[in-house]
Amino acid sequence: MKYLIMILTLISTISIALSPQPITEMTDAVYHNATVHIGNGKVMEGATLVIEKGRISRIGYYKMSWQKSDIDLKGKHIYPGFILPVTNIGLNEIGAVKATIDDNEVGQMNPNVRAIVAYNTDSELPPTLKYNGVLLAQTTPQGGLVSGLSSIVQLDAWNWQDAAVVTDDAVHVNWPSIMQAKFDFATFTMKTEKNKKYSQQLNQIKSLFDDAKMSLQKSSNPMNLKLGAVIPVFSGQRKVYIHTDDAKAIIASINYFQEVGVKNIVLVTAQGSEPVIGFIKQSGVAVIVSSTHDLPQRSDSSVDSGYTMANKLHNAGVLVALAYPGIMSSRNLAFTAGTLVSYGMEKEQALQLITGNTAKILGIDKDYGTLEAGKSATLIITDGDALDMRGNKVLEAYIDGRKINLQGRQQELNQRYLQKYGIK
Amino acid sequence: MKFITLILCVYMHFGALAAQSPTSLINGTKDERHALYALINARIFVDKDTILDEASLLIQDNEIISVGHDISIPAHAIVRNLQGASIYPGFILMDSDYGLTKPDKKTPFSFFGKEIMDSTIEGVVNTNEAIKASYHAVEDFHHDAKTAKSLRSNGFSTVLSSKHDGIMRGTSALISLNDEIAQLSVVNSLQAFHMSFDKGSSKQLYPISLMGSSALLRQTWLDAIWYGDGKSDFTDLDLKAINETDDLLQIFEVSNWQQALLAKKIVKEFDKNIVIKTSGDSYKHIAEIKRLDSSLIVPLSFPKALNVSDELDAWNVSYEKMLEWKAAPYNLYFLNKHGIEFAIIPDKQKSFLKDLRKAIKKGLPTSAALAALTSTPARILNNSKLGHLNSGASANFIITNGDIFSKDGMIAENWVAGKRFVINELPQLASGYYQLILPDKTRQIELKNTAGKIKLKGKDKESKTKYKVKLNSEFVTVEVKDKDESIKLLGLIDNNSIHNIAGQHPEWKMARVSDSKKETIKDKLAKEDKSQVPLIPNPFSAYGIQQPSKAESFLISNTTVWTNEDEGILTGTDVLVKNGKIVKIGKNITSKVENTIDGTDMHLTAGIIDEHSHIALLSVNDIAVNSSMVRMEDALDSDSVNIYRNLAGGVTAAQLLHGSANPLGGQSALIKMRWGATSDELLIENSDPFIKFALGENVKRSRSQQSIRYPLTRMGVEQVYRDAFTNALSYEKEWNDYNNLSKRAKKKTSAPRRDLMLDATLQIINKERFVSCHSYVQSEINMLMKVADDFNFSINTFTHILEGYKVADKMLEHGAGASTFADWWTYKWEVNYAIPYNASIMTNVGVTTAINSDSAEMSRRLNQEAAKSMKYGNLTEEQALKLVTLNPAKLLHLDDRMGSIKVGKDADIVLWSNNPLSIYAKATKTFVDGKLLYDRDRQVEIENQIAEARNELIKALNQSDGPKMPASMEPSKQMHCDSLTGYEYLLGEVK
Repeated sequence: MKYLIMILTLISTISIALSPQPITEMTDAVYHNATVHIGNGKVMEGATLVIEKGRISRIGYYKMSWQKSDIDLKGKHIYPGFILPVTNIGLNEIGAVKATIDDNEVGQMNPNVRAIVAYNTDSELPPTLKYNGVLLAQTTPQGGLVSGLSSIVQLDAWNWQDAAVVTDDAVHVNWPSIMQAKFDFATFTMKTEKNKKYSQQLNQIKSLFDDAKMSLQKSSNPMNLKLGAVIPVFSGQRKVYIHTDDAKAIIASINYFQEVGVKNIVLVTAQGSEPVIGFIKQSGVAVIVSSTHDLPQRSDSSVDSGYTMANKLHNAGVLVALAYPGIMSSRNLAFTAGTLVSYGMEKEQALQLITGNTAKILGIDKDYGTLEAGKSATLIITDGDALDMRGNKVLEAYIDGRKINLQGRQQELNQRYLQKYGIK
Repeated sequence: MKFITLILCVYMHFGALAAQSPTSLINGTKDERHALYALINARIFVDKDTILDEASLLIQDNEIISVGHDISIPAHAIVRNLQGASIYPGFILMDSDYGLTKPDKKTPFSFFGKEIMDSTIEGVVNTNEAIKASYHAVEDFHHDAKTAKSLRSNGFSTVLSSKHDGIMRGTSALISLNDEIAQLSVVNSLQAFHMSFDKGSSKQLYPISLMGSSALLRQTWLDAIWYGDGKSDFTDLDLKAINETDDLLQIFEVSNWQQALLAKKIVKEFDKNIVIKTSGDSYKHIAEIKRLDSSLIVPLSFPKALNVSDELDAWNVSYEKMLEWKAAPYNLYFLNKHGIEFAIIPDKQKSFLKDLRKAIKKGLPTSAALAALTSTPARILNNSKLGHLNSGASANFIITNGDIFSKDGMIAENWVAGKRFVINELPQLASGYYQLILPDKTRQIELKNTAGKIKLKGKDKESKTKYKVKLNSEFVTVEVKDKDESIKLLGLIDNNSIHNIAGQHPEWKMARVSDSKKETIKDKLAKEDKSQVPLIPNPFSAYGIQQPSKAESFLISNTTVWTNEDEGILTGTDVLVKNGKIVKIGKNITSKVENTIDGTDMHLTAGIIDEHSHIALLSVNDIAVNSSMVRMEDALDSDSVNIYRNLAGGVTAAQLLHGSANPLGGQSALIKMRWGATSDELLIENSDPFIKFALGENVKRSRSQQSIRYPLTRMGVEQVYRDAFTNALSYEKEWNDYNNLSKRAKKKTSAPRRDLMLDATLQIINKERFVSCHSYVQSEINMLMKVADDFNFSINTFTHILEGYKVADKMLEHGAGASTFADWWTYKWEVNYAIPYNASIMTNVGVTTAINSDSAEMSRRLNQEAAKSMKYGNLTEEQALKLVTLNPAKLLHLDDRMGSIKVGKDADIVLWSNNPLSIYAKATKTFVDGKLLYDRDRQVEIENQIAEARNELIKALNQSDGPKMPASMEPSKQMHCDSLTGYEYLLGEVK
């Protein structure tokens, strides 16, 4: 390990200001005696995990003779790589610098714009996420009523084509609310008022999906890019993500998309969903909680209401995953799962909300999200409890069996200045 | 009858006749009349304490000649019998812009637009456009017949007219609603001087915050004093006007209770008295309002009910919003109960009487209501002729049918300055007891006239006689039916009595004898059940319902104590707290304190201190490049639920900083999270004064493409500092020179102008005020240290300081501390090289380092933010905890009483459920000054209580009638460094 750091430090002096080089080669490895968190709610103490040709070939308890290259992970933990859904990673580099932002196309109806083609694999952000165990992400456009198409990427790639795990997996809809917050200059306060464009906005969304559905009846292929982007939602090949934090909009949107025959619906929401948890459960729709480290929505809400939202949905039997708003702090995804534990969820269940559940919701659970034989070797090895700041030290990480480089620019700058000040 | 009609005709004619200006030439013949009127047999409310029944009022022109029961009525008086009617003194409207030009519309504020640095008003006026002290309403006044009519219909005869525009608004005039030409309408041309915190139509950028308005007011008064010395070769008509109006009544308009307290605080500094025009929310903190010892002008403003009929809408509405709806109508009840003097003004002219009656129904005594519309305004205006009907008073009165404060009451006439205005016709037959006299029999009857509907019945309840009455203009038929007979009578009405048509038979008469027996004349106190009076939580928040514990002495036993001292972490240890201080730390302490808290399996730490916070503030940023004159303590909001939420995160103290819009920002407020205390009590006693500085993109206004404000580069930022400090030094010299003059020489020399901005700037150089500087990149950090070195002081703290790791050695040498984020970066260009190793590198170099929040949410997880320094930078647990406790205490010069668990220090301590650096740790009990202000063990109980209170309010809202507002989520303010509104997070204008 020390040796590795030394090499990396040497490399870093050359590669400073560049994100670490993506790894192409696969590494086979055998790990023994690890605490393996499967990502499906179960944990195996002192288990063996074998990586072969990019896949997990064995996991569990085996009588096998130790080879010289086998690694003893006594006291260490293995987790599935964490998955960050609904994020603008790779599309937004520096929030305040317009030139670095590619996540929000002009206009209200953009079902056909594709995040994947703008996804910047050389962004400075993925290294900071990987360092904390986030290995997969769903890069997602924002804004308007229909923002566009997201794609699922792995975070260690030469270019977006290499990064793509699933392209154009979902179309993202920002469902409008009846009421709208507006800034009032007279009183310098925010006032809520009726959204005057509400029915017009609803019609825009509905006519897009209605027209796309109708065009399925026609024999010829649609020549309309927007309709074309929406058509796969009726076969279930593409998902619809509804973004809203308004209880009535949740009901209206789910009812509409289910009626019109959208097969796969995911709701991205937060505390506003609390009064309609029963409806959400009944509808069978999965939920991505967009924000956990949040202030309570109302001044009289429980002080913990942001921290407990995912728990409430989970306890009601809804399939839940966690997202993290914005990019500047999304490397803290694992700690939002830790927060759920603090407020009553079992640790292994909380882990599911950033691994197994997320993979299920994104539709990549065949390969990702849990540590099972035959699945992709996309995992992290940590010093301790990855959901807690006290234990979240990622020692190694694999994406599809490639042992990736965790040392990014931030680590290199740290080394440089430790050296400058002679700190050991 | 004919006679009366004739009189009325003449009278009406007279009433319509406009008076002429004594200076005008008459086109025609002079027509001046000075009729004497006697209004007799009325119930007269002479003043708030004197009510005379069946009394008479004698008036001539604009004067009450006499009033009483036995006054002699001269033969030439025109007599009117007002039997059944009441006479009240005319109402005085204490706040209006009647007859004045409307101010320009507010310019919408743009975050990214071009700044307007200077006043847009030309002339010899103040350089700040919000200072409009030389405005005089009387010079602007013109007669407005339409508004006057509407005001009179609500009983007003006199209005105080001022222009509602600006921070200093100039003077008002007292105007009579006599419908005369402007020259004859003015009662007092220079009545009062008006102020507010609202810059109104001013297009100039500064001030943009509450504390900025406060600073501008203070500076302007200082300027006026300086100007008043008259030795200056500088002319400013606004400053001149301030001095000329110094003796006038001063009226300060505020828009919430916090501003009322602030207004009083700043006028005290200048020995001024004010009458405060409130927004009607005094009930939220009635004890504080009482302590102001100021008279108030109070609008009848009642928030509209919210439509919560569907549970999803109801879910959106906060307890506080609903309680405002419930409690606001009791505002006047509370004010009266606490003996606070107030004048009442309408909120909406249209519903004035309705709103007034609502307040009375909610417990405002009618006598208090009358005083608040008559004698109190007159007293405030120091006008002995208004507000009562004793002889010598102005002839302003209203004639009503029935009690004006009850639902049935109606204003019939409003006499203004002796001039009669008919609002509604008085009923021809007033309610009361009547005698029906027929040749053979006299019957005692009670007549009830409800808005023209007349009902008769026998006065004796046993009587079985039935009566019917029909009016057809002045003709009346009365039917009498009892078991013996049935009579139909035709007659004529004449002044509350009916008699047969002369010459027709039978001869009969129905005459009014007296008022019906009803409520005594004394105050009808509210009939409303007293249990309906809502309980007002303190603070005005759902989390104020539960009163926190007052105990300040207790023992925490058998716990793990993170001392932050040489002792390190002690297990199985007891800590004894007495009178808010830590008095003993050790094993098996025996003590007489009653309260022992079992700390087994828990961890005790010093309370978290947030070096960089913007919670509990009404505004955060002002915009002047040097804003050192603004004080954050002027914008404190002790009701902010974020104080409670901070306690729930183990935070016990914070530095509330000005924003980062300016190289020299405002003065900090250092507070403890004393939930339930007033704003002044939140402030930490005897703390050193601090100030915010800022560098980089925010002060360069990098987000604005159109900004013209100096500085736009880091080069300019340096010059701003050198300029400010150089000016401060020459300011100091100027004062020193002046102060060293002999008494005689002083008399001949102008004193230098006192400048609040330079005062604060000078304090910094003189090491009397300490800098916390928002900073990011190394170049600017080095720059500011160099500047400070050149002026012989040190920067106390660099806050944010995300590139501190690059210059930690330089900071150590300079003596600067650091307060940074654990892992924030990438939100703007200047944080591109931020690394999560920053805190650990600076700590290892030896810089006193803290981790702060700049966020109301993250401040509740600062222990976790500190723990990240272990993950990234391998700090020890003790080092990590100090980042959010002892180190910020040091940076704020509070480590002599906070930041560690040490005998003698304040008992600002937190009991954690787990290792405090673990994400699984929750603050279970948070103590400030030994008071248990947050107790997680009681959360379920408290939340249930809130839910119950919410349900009751929702029920009440659903049962209420009248129009309702749609209910929806009120977004909360979230203040950050560059917040101007607190809603940037919603408007896409973050950080």
